[in-house]
Amino acid sequence: MNCNGVTRRVSSYIDGELAATVVEEIELHLKECRHCTILVQQTRLTVHLYYDSDLVDFPVEVQARLHETLRRKTRRDRK
Amino acid sequence: MYCATLAIRGIEPGLLANLAKTLTLSTPNPHRLPSKVAREDEHLLVTAAKSGDISAFEELVNRYERKIFRLTMNITRNREDAEDALQDAFMKAYSHLDKFQEDSRFYTWLVRIAANEALMRLRKRRPNQVSLDEPMEGEDDFLPLQIEDWGPSPEQRYAQTEMRDILRGVIDELPPDFRVVFVLRDVEGLSTEETAEAVGISEAAVKSRLLRARLKLRQKLDRHFRQDGTH
Repeated sequence: MNCNGVTRRVSSYIDGELAATVVEEIELHLKECRHCTILVQQTRLTVHLYYDSDLVDFPVEVQARLHETLRRKTRRDRK
Repeated sequence: MYCATLAIRGIEPGLLANLAKTLTLSTPNPHRLPSKVAREDEHLLVTAAKSGDISAFEELVNRYERKIFRLTMNITRNREDAEDALQDAFMKAYSHLDKFQEDSRFYTWLVRIAANEALMRLRKRRPNQVSLDEPMEGEDDFLPLQIEDWGPSPEQRYAQTEMRDILRGVIDELPPDFRVVFVLRDVEGLSTEETAEAVGISEAAVKSRLLRARLKLRQKLDRHFRQDGTH
């Protein structure tokens, strides 16, 4: 496995989706290659930083309009 | 468990220690969504809502409205479209609740509806930028040329608000095709199969776009996180 091979598989590798033999080949390469080791670590950290991240504010007026819309809908359906 | 996996995969011990601090409490797991208690509770709320208990449906709305707005904003990047998609998603969920078979979690079902609503609006606004096809990129265009160490965990170097701004700025720069898949898989925690179904593309296309999205984000974050002062 070379650097290109690792880069192409880095996503599947960190998701644990690869066959054991491929994982073995990647890890053999990682032992020798600092470049790819950092790539794997940083890609993993990138995924971690974004996971369930709260990057969007939920404005109160958006919430109020949603509740009002749903109230109207449920009231209409009850009749 | 996640750290154990890292150790098995032969990561350098020093870097592992930094990552371990970061990853112990919160691990990226595509299937981690609210706790087991919340899941059991969710089922009871759905059953009650199906039998006409409006307060049970309101409780589901209260529980997920923030996350659904985050999803529709992250997909559309347009506040008006995001709000419309949010409202329509909950209206549709309410109207079609009797058709929900409970073969998936309510939350996952809701995310699929909301993703469709958001995607519809994104495609309308940017018709040529969200395709159902594989991206036509060269083989090597996403391979990083330079890799620099980020040093100790960036999470410890930046204040929470500063980190939030960096992450938000960087994800905004992703092409919509990649952003949608990344948001569903890595922010909302849908599986590859669920993401493929929500976007209307193959699982292979999800994996391909996810790889490119993650590599592009890593590359863009590198501008902020590298320690050699070249950013």
